[in-house]
Amino acid sequence: MDNSKTTYNRRSFLKASALSGGGMLLTVSWLSSFKSADKMQELPEQWATLNGYIHILPDNKVKLICPNPEFGQNVMTSLPMMLAEELDVDWKNVTVEMGPHDNAKLGAQFTGGSNSVRMYWKPLREAGAAARQMLREATAQTWNVPVNEVTTKAGVLSHSSGKSAKYGDMASKAAVVPVPKDLKLKSPKDFTIVRKPTKNVEGHKIVTGKPLFGLDYHMDGMLIAMIQHPPAFGMKLKSFDAVQTLKMPGIKDVFSIKLYEDGFEQGGFDTRTFNELLVVVGKTTWEVMNARKKLIANWEPAGDVKDTMSGRGGKREVIVPSELETTSKQLEKMQEYAKKPAQQLRKDGDPETAFKNAAQVIERTYNAPFLAHNCMEPMNFFAHVTDEKAVLAGPLQAPGWTEPTLMKLLNLPADKIEIQMTRMGGGFGRRAYGHYLSEAALISRKVKAPVKLMYTREDDMTYGIYRPMYTATYRAALDADKNLIAFHVKGGGIPEHAIHANRFPAGAVDNYLAEGWQIASNITIGAFRAPRSNFNAAAEQSFLDEVAEAAGKDPIEFRLELLKKAKENPVGKNNEYDADRYAGVLKLLREKSNWGKPGNEKYNRGVAAYFCHNSYAAHVVDIVTRDGEPYVERVFSAMDCGIVVNPDAATNMVQGAVVDGIGNAFYGQLTHKDGVAQQNNFSNYRMIRINEAPKSIEVHFVENDLDPTGLGEPPFPPVFGAVANALYKNKGRRFYNQPFQPDFKNSPRES
Amino acid sequence: MSIHYQNTTIVTAFSLKINGKIKKVDVDPSTPVLWVLRDHLDLRGTKFGCGVAACGACTVHLDGNAVRSCQLPVSAVGKSAVTTIEGLSEKGEHPVQKAWLEHDVAQCGYCQSGQIMSAAALLKANPNPSDQDIEAHMSGNICRCGTYLRIKEAVKSAAKK
Ligand code: FES
Ligand code: FES
Repeated sequence: MDNSKTTYNRRSFLKASALSGGGMLLTVSWLSSFKSADKMQELPEQWATLNGYIHILPDNKVKLICPNPEFGQNVMTSLPMMLAEELDVDWKNVTVEMGPHDNAKLGAQFTGGSNSVRMYWKPLREAGAAARQMLREATAQTWNVPVNEVTTKAGVLSHSSGKSAKYGDMASKAAVVPVPKDLKLKSPKDFTIVRKPTKNVEGHKIVTGKPLFGLDYHMDGMLIAMIQHPPAFGMKLKSFDAVQTLKMPGIKDVFSIKLYEDGFEQGGFDTRTFNELLVVVGKTTWEVMNARKKLIANWEPAGDVKDTMSGRGGKREVIVPSELETTSKQLEKMQEYAKKPAQQLRKDGDPETAFKNAAQVIERTYNAPFLAHNCMEPMNFFAHVTDEKAVLAGPLQAPGWTEPTLMKLLNLPADKIEIQMTRMGGGFGRRAYGHYLSEAALISRKVKAPVKLMYTREDDMTYGIYRPMYTATYRAALDADKNLIAFHVKGGGIPEHAIHANRFPAGAVDNYLAEGWQIASNITIGAFRAPRSNFNAAAEQSFLDEVAEAAGKDPIEFRLELLKKAKENPVGKNNEYDADRYAGVLKLLREKSNWGKPGNEKYNRGVAAYFCHNSYAAHVVDIVTRDGEPYVERVFSAMDCGIVVNPDAATNMVQGAVVDGIGNAFYGQLTHKDGVAQQNNFSNYRMIRINEAPKSIEVHFVENDLDPTGLGEPPFPPVFGAVANALYKNKGRRFYNQPFQPDFKNSPRES
Repeated sequence: MSIHYQNTTIVTAFSLKINGKIKKVDVDPSTPVLWVLRDHLDLRGTKFGCGVAACGACTVHLDGNAVRSCQLPVSAVGKSAVTTIEGLSEKGEHPVQKAWLEHDVAQCGYCQSGQIMSAAALLKANPNPSDQDIEAHMSGNICRCGTYLRIKEAVKSAAKK
């Protein structure tokens, strides 16, 4: 058993109270989760004292208020599994409810960064263990027996004398037992719920079409609002004529509003792609859609815009340039910038000399376009704002980061702002940016009515918050014996570069240099499933493939040799990854995919691995030619994310990430002409479909008892690299520019 | 009965057969069935994804055939029977729904009403589809979360039921 003491400090960690109808309510602090998550240390102090709720009811049911919003990563199932494990209840008796936004009680409530399971692993198990201990204590007192003689099994308390009781019978008594000072957490070998494939708790609601999503939110008398945003990035509203629109049936109002007043201090997740909003409000969706088409709006260049940013990095002013951007010109500009001096991000040894003395230097440049998140459910939010309070409901990844913005915009205190989080039809980072929620709130306040703001697919896809446009040039120096003696990466992007300077192969090469540069833009960007890593892994992993080839080595063996060096003789400090675990996924993958073994002649195979968000992932992608085009028919994946809480859901997540990776590597791109997004719906933004998905994706997890880490993001980035490397085998030439599919038809070059 | 608004559109009374019941609505005849269901009939299991017949999220059955309700004006329904996810089987007992649960297909779940309705129509017309049949029929339904492998498996196991 693991002793758990760390969370018992001067802050009260657990509090128990009796429920009015009988039963027990346990309040849990999420403090320990933030302590264990190093990345979370920047969080404000007040978040450390936050609490959540666990209910044990007289009918022996256990209810967990799920703190984190669900967007398909299955937290509504996996988080309660952790609790139920230590509580020792029958999983059939566990029900789950999505909690309200309540930072004071439920914590950060942030879905993103592959952090939900990792953050709650300890506190939820501690809460379960504490409750179980208190139930045993109360039972011991009732039966007048020593507490260590009271055992539990699946929600039933027993004593050797033959006495037994249900948790529900003892819950009220347990609520007044002092919260235990020391807890014994189960050893992983004793897990009975965690590590068991467990079905999605909302599965039945999903297959029967229950209104779970934000767009399904309904209140009688609610109006529908839509926004007409400028047709191009860098434009703004000049004037409008709403006469025809107002004549349309069902239309209540047409007006323009400002999202942020001048000088508004934007937090890290605030954004104003377009600040002046032209709004149509009416009774029903179709009426508003039709009436919006009758708007006569005049747009003008926005000019350079000054944004005041606060939050991380301190208060500063940022100039957003006015140019109406075009993709081909952006590419040219990136090539120019790539030649200029850049910011040094990390340097080990003496790369300049090593490159000068090299027997062979390999230099390659990789490019990737903007990507739209394209969540299946377009952005939307419900808001009912009065002078006294604001009630909001909808899909949102980070309510805690949106609330301060609402407080400023609405001039209301936090306790007058209620945010309900609905199930999200996908997130992928997009719903961390709560501008649509702020917009809904301002519109509701203006029309003095409950309003649901909805984006059409076109509104959603042309609004921005894209994955940035990236480039990177890699150089490798080999000595006469084909050893890798120096490595250099210089990455840039619009408006930010993707370089993670302290990731592999940093630490494995004596002479190493990482540099970055960026170009400002009015095209807004945001976190996109494994931000930056999703490009890094593509470029770096296909480059390493090419370097391995030049060195005359098998690509897995080549990586393992570098990892051996990183472990035994690491270069530099701050190497973010664990070389053993990194090598571990490669070894598992090599075995499971029969890499280098006969029997796979039919396939053009590519491999890649990556570390991000605290987990390790590697894939082998097997391509065949089908109807004259490369097709990924089969994929093998190896993951190390520590303990796998729910293996079935974890497999689903990895398979989904693989499909997503193939789709974006092959087809994904959002281009611009004079500031106008050239793709605005699924008819011209190509998404991977069922006939293009692999026939099999075999997922393997490294088995260990390490605390679980994330899974939503880590499997995604290396897919791009493995696809590029398999395409090389299929086409006999390297693919450097995403998306790859438009380049398939070009005639094969000599390799 | 028709009501004329100022200079533009007409609201017409429609009698629709939806999930076996007659439902009356007064709407503009151009209104897509998707919005009639969602805004007027309180049936929000049918989802909006693209509005241009490119994603399949809005799939319903019209006399048993899968159609994109975002492209189907209410005036075109006539006497045909509309079935939505809510009417496929309220309790989730349709073989396709059961197979979806058995394979725990959903991630975010947003596309799945449409996927299930497409699959149910496929199996009605072709009770024993090949992989290619499934791919051809289901390629109009996007799943952004990438649950395609499980969708295919679930369709196959529903076919066996
Ligand atoms: S909403 Fe009808 S096909 Fe996409
Ligand atoms: S499950 Fe999310 S779009 Fe299909």
